[in-house]
Amino acid sequence: MSDYEPRIEQHIPRLRRYARALTGERAAADDLVQDTLERAWTKLRLWRPGSDLRAWLFTVMHNVYVNQVRARASQPPRAHDDEALNIPDRARQTDMLEVRDLDIVLSALPEEQREVLLLVALEQLTYEETARALGIPIGTVMSRLSRARERLRRLMVGMPEAAGLRVIK
Amino acid sequence: MSKLIVSESDLHAFVDGALPVARRAEVETYLAGHPEDAERVAAYRQQNATLHSLYDPVLDETVPERIAARPARGASLLRYAAVVGWIALGGVIGWHLQAYNTGVPSEPARWARQAAIAHVTYSPEVRHPVEVPAEQETHLVNWLSKRLGTPVKVPHLGTIGYSLVGGRLLPSDSGPVAQFMYQDAKGQRLTLYLRTNRDDTRETAFRFAQENNVGVFYWIDRNLGYALSGEVDKQELLRVATTVYRQLNP
Repeated sequence: MSDYEPRIEQHIPRLRRYARALTGERAAADDLVQDTLERAWTKLRLWRPGSDLRAWLFTVMHNVYVNQVRARASQPPRAHDDEALNIPDRARQTDMLEVRDLDIVLSALPEEQREVLLLVALEQLTYEETARALGIPIGTVMSRLSRARERLRRLMVGMPEAAGLRVIK
Repeated sequence: MSKLIVSESDLHAFVDGALPVARRAEVETYLAGHPEDAERVAAYRQQNATLHSLYDPVLDETVPERIAARPARGASLLRYAAVVGWIALGGVIGWHLQAYNTGVPSEPARWARQAAIAHVTYSPEVRHPVEVPAEQETHLVNWLSKRLGTPVKVPHLGTIGYSLVGGRLLPSDSGPVAQFMYQDAKGQRLTLYLRTNRDDTRETAFRFAQENNVGVFYWIDRNLGYALSGEVDKQELLRVATTVYRQLNP
């Protein structure tokens, strides 16, 4: 049993990276990581040896995160509706500004789109792993990924949101 | 040349480098003839790169102490063992937990200390060891449940040689706490300290702390934190703590 410990430890930096991008705040991100590790240690017996420990840890983090989001439901939600996504048009500025702006528009995505985008684009999980981690069908992964990317792209260039979303084949 | 069919999913898989080489070449050909899609693909790739430049620095940060080295994690691992065989593994767990009991004092470790202090304060009392004696157990339970704001139960330890002396209410930095006192035939006293746990989803394994001559086994079980203190050897204390735990979780 003792050899599980270093294996979980080695995933902490990546769990922190994902949590930081997901929550947008350092303290909230580390709270999420801490709760995730706590849960992971008590649920370790549910992890199937031989399967991908890192993907399983993302599953645990997803469940903890969903609970935290639900617990915050009484508070004003992060921008979810399209109304709140009307970020003023602006001219393209420097790369530095663009980096910071992506940070801001990322937080404007609905939670479920942000999770998919970050697991795929930042954590480089495969679509199958992402589907398993979030407990959703792979088709849902693809449609959320598509919406997230297109939404970000349009917000970044100050374009209005597309009226209709493209059909996923 | 036949018309290429490229789906939205193909474009994303292209962005994420998830396509087989042959399919990848086909998508490249398709993009050459579809500038709007090519623009989107370029933007999505830029998003991937920007996300990495924003968040990869987190990988090089020093992991905060509270995440990197919390004694609770070692203890939780042992909880797994404990589920498999509480009694058989009891001695081993007791031994291991002391090894894990290093590092920054956690909140439970702080109240374990308060429990030890309460133990040394009241257990030597000859005339007034408790506020409410065991003869008024129903009243004791109702009173402490009311003051702690949650139903409390008094474990009965007669089968392992300890009888209830009674209990009292104590102040603490987190509000009222309860203390039950037990003693064996030789007058050796143990105290069980109960405090409410604000985050009622947590559970922990048994942990052990030593304050001078007083040993404390403490754990969190849903909405209550427990600490069993006594000036007895660790094996004996663990035997009693295990009995308490099993009575509270039948």
